[in-house]
Amino acid sequence: MAMLEIKDLEVYYGVIQAIKGVSFEVNEGEVIALIGANGAGKTTILHTITGLIAPKKGTVTFEGTDITRMPAHKIVSMGMAHVPEGRRVFADFTVYQNLKMGAYTRNDKKEVEETLQMVYERFPRLEERRNQLAGTLSGGEQQMLAMGRALMSHPKLIVMDEPSMGLSPILVNEIFDIIQSVSAGGTTVLLVEQNAKKALSIADRAYVLETGNFVLSGDAKELMNDDSVKKAYLGE
Amino acid sequence: MSFLSYLINGISLGSVYAIIALGYTMVYGIAKMLNFAHGDVIMVGGYVVLISSTSLGCPPLLGVLIAVIFCTVLGVVIERVAYRPLRNASSSLAVLITAIGVSYLLQNLALLIFGANTKSFHSVVTVPAITLADGKMTISGETIVTILSCIVIMVVLTLFINRTKAGQAMLAVSEDKGAAQLMGINVNRTIGLTFAIGSGLAAIAGVLLCSAYPSLNPYTGSMPGIKAFVAAVFGGIGSIPGAMIGGILLGVIEILGKAYISSQLADAIVFAVLIIVLLVKPTGILGKKIQEKV
Repeated sequence: MAMLEIKDLEVYYGVIQAIKGVSFEVNEGEVIALIGANGAGKTTILHTITGLIAPKKGTVTFEGTDITRMPAHKIVSMGMAHVPEGRRVFADFTVYQNLKMGAYTRNDKKEVEETLQMVYERFPRLEERRNQLAGTLSGGEQQMLAMGRALMSHPKLIVMDEPSMGLSPILVNEIFDIIQSVSAGGTTVLLVEQNAKKALSIADRAYVLETGNFVLSGDAKELMNDDSVKKAYLGE
Repeated sequence: MSFLSYLINGISLGSVYAIIALGYTMVYGIAKMLNFAHGDVIMVGGYVVLISSTSLGCPPLLGVLIAVIFCTVLGVVIERVAYRPLRNASSSLAVLITAIGVSYLLQNLALLIFGANTKSFHSVVTVPAITLADGKMTISGETIVTILSCIVIMVVLTLFINRTKAGQAMLAVSEDKGAAQLMGINVNRTIGLTFAIGSGLAAIAGVLLCSAYPSLNPYTGSMPGIKAFVAAVFGGIGSIPGAMIGGILLGVIEILGKAYISSQLADAIVFAVLIIVLLVKPTGILGKKIQEKV
């Protein structure tokens, strides 16, 4: 059984249909990429999965539980963390306070402390800046903080929305290395990216979204060699 | 000597404004709305104390406790019934107008139940007045209790917000509701808690106000409510220390204005100062610059 299963999802903004019946699944341990142009509906799908918006039709099942209409704050404690688009770190909180906020649903102080050390190990820069206000960090550091904050809830599945957005090429590489190491650490990753080349290079499988529908899906390496994908998303 | 006693009276009145302003500023910071019914919760608190001490014969402190519990519940109910359904309304005006409606509702219910006559209120304070400087200056028990309550509330509230999980959740919701949800914070419950605290504080403010100025009618909460709103804006709306500073400054300006300039113009002076402050620093004394996030 798939860890996350999305079936016939339809989402509307008022009368406008943003998602026109998509189905896909994420298996444990996989890195799945959703790629597509601006406005294709990638973020809408993520927001529906993590409970920020409710679909008109369709179901979202996480580890066998129907979470379609579950409020976002309950989904977090089921083991799904969401790194939102634009990082959305708490600017007036310190790095440390942001990380603690990520562990809001957890009560065992010792375990939280262990996770904190693990996050500091993965992101040494965050440890160096733990008392700095998050709003004063650079874009790349904020992205790392957003990821570290999501990891603090000790998720089984981490959902990332455009983690490379607005970052310099060197930082983009660094962020993708981190995503790979998060995956290697045993966390399943669902990734939404406009940087299709990078996303396909680290993903196991990928889905290509165009105006609310999947037009292609399959093995990431194969998609990378697909002519239509090359033309539309890889700029070749 | 008279200046000093005016100053202390000003701080005392300002403490009441500050306690009310805390409710305004917390609700604004967290729910991003102006709860114009907040002032009328003060009046409700006053009536609850009045009834429990006269009709039910409760000792004053028990009466205060009942009022705090009653207003806390009232605040949560108002939020749940009147404001929450409008949380995602397309216009933020909808909830503002509803708040004004709730304000009139509370005033008119009080009018219906208690009548329009001003009732005399027996101070709940039993602390004796102290006399200083060979009897040249007296500080009433009400003044002492009001200032002390304000200090205690400020300290407890600051500790609550900085040291508890629920307090941190409030700060997170005030910064970014969506991101707070993604941390697992129940935003509705956090907003409800904010209303509960604000309304409980309004009850305390009501008791202190009615003890210092011992009369009560259905409109008692209206003017202090507006002034506390001014105090919150003055200090920087959304900021808790700002509400405290704004409230106390406002009280001092009002009393000194009454004493040295004109007792009729005191309110006008208060509002004039507000206008000047907002012209010089539009976000208020401790207000943050609001950056539109893209």
